[in-house]
Amino acid sequence: MKLALKIWRQDGPKDPGRMTRYDIDGVSEDSSFLEMLDLLNEQLIAKGEEPVAFDSDCREGICGMCGVVINGEAHGPERTTTCQLHMRSFKDGDEIVIEPWRADPFPVIKDLVVDRSAFDRIIQAGGFISANTGSAPDAHATPVPKDDADRAFMAAECIGCGACVAACPNGSGSLFMGAKITHLGELPQGQPERDARVIAMTEEHDHLGFGGCTNLGECTRACPKGIPLNVISQMNADLRHAGYGRR
Amino acid sequence: MAVTGLLFIGFLLVHMYGNLMILLGPEAFDEYAEHIRTVGEPMIPEKGVLWVLRIGLLASLVLHVWSAVTLWGRAGKARTTRYVMKRPGYGNFYAKAMRWGGLAILLFVIFHLLHLTTHTITFGEPEPTPAGRVLESFSQWWGVLIYVVAMVAVGMHLLHGIWGACMTLGLNTSLKRAEQIRFVSILVSTIIVVGFLIPPFAILLGLVK
Repeated sequence: MKLALKIWRQDGPKDPGRMTRYDIDGVSEDSSFLEMLDLLNEQLIAKGEEPVAFDSDCREGICGMCGVVINGEAHGPERTTTCQLHMRSFKDGDEIVIEPWRADPFPVIKDLVVDRSAFDRIIQAGGFISANTGSAPDAHATPVPKDDADRAFMAAECIGCGACVAACPNGSGSLFMGAKITHLGELPQGQPERDARVIAMTEEHDHLGFGGCTNLGECTRACPKGIPLNVISQMNADLRHAGYGRR
Repeated sequence: MAVTGLLFIGFLLVHMYGNLMILLGPEAFDEYAEHIRTVGEPMIPEKGVLWVLRIGLLASLVLHVWSAVTLWGRAGKARTTRYVMKRPGYGNFYAKAMRWGGLAILLFVIFHLLHLTTHTITFGEPEPTPAGRVLESFSQWWGVLIYVVAMVAVGMHLLHGIWGACMTLGLNTSLKRAEQIRFVSILVSTIIVVGFLIPPFAILLGLVK
């Protein structure tokens, strides 16, 4: 395949950045999107140019490290992570525009690499369960109804890749936050800190400069794990139960 | 935003009910208009209830717009560097029209108050009765057109607004619930748009005299 790539190049956090065009030939339809970028980088290195910086880790769609906006869509045209996107999703001769996640709480470090530690700070604010250490309890020590376990597991699929923020016209992290709140809130172990968790996480989210949710649903469309929009409504329900605004 | 929005929907339903009175004849409409002003008399002074409702609606409007502007501002600050390329055909058109559409509706409400409440704007000779003013306005095609455009804007706003309000109030907690909320938002929006457009068209077609 022959492709025209338009890639965001930015030398560092302070550099204003620019789009640069690269023509690449000999791309296999069976290669993944990241392998295509690897091929480009090999060619750039051979020419003595600076390779394009991008993030990746597991390359099997479970770590949430990779993630770029491809032709205006977070993780590209398929509902999967960038690493699991394959070049057969594109046509020979296509022009592909590649940009980093755009959100001020996710500053660009270099080229396509952004700093997503804002998500870690939201988790640190309340996305955990405080438990005494010791030997692991028996799996059946705390019974969990099947429906609750299923919903918790569905929400727990979130890999924190940040596609929801990248796709959201408001730059909101509500889908991520809603997933964590639903995941922990559906389980008995999550109950003692349920009210404090939702308040602390939303306050940290707003403090970090993420936008507010206007229920458009672009996030759930972009989510490689198919987290449904109702986790955001669950977060709002939990906020109401926690008496947010009345404290 | 959700709570004030739902208050507006309640208001629209009552307003629509009042408008439909004109189908019973101009006298019934005028009587209803008079009743709104005298309801609760003599315990409550004339127009007392009317003014309480007006102030309530105005306060809701201020809160509604303030919330919208706050969200708009936060969205702007959350992404100061824009994408070079947007997803082709992203979002529902009616959902994307919430902000500018909302402002357009606000301008229409001001026009509507100047037209049929203060009578600053008239579509012809000044008429002495409420029913007379309505009949005069909607016996002209362009008068009907202005209100059709406005009601389409209101319908679009409601379509996403009801959905969003249910999301904010924490009612969408399963995929089945999401379908039910979608259904209700389409149903209520349609009832309001159709209900408001029946009188103008009935007048234009000469069914109400």
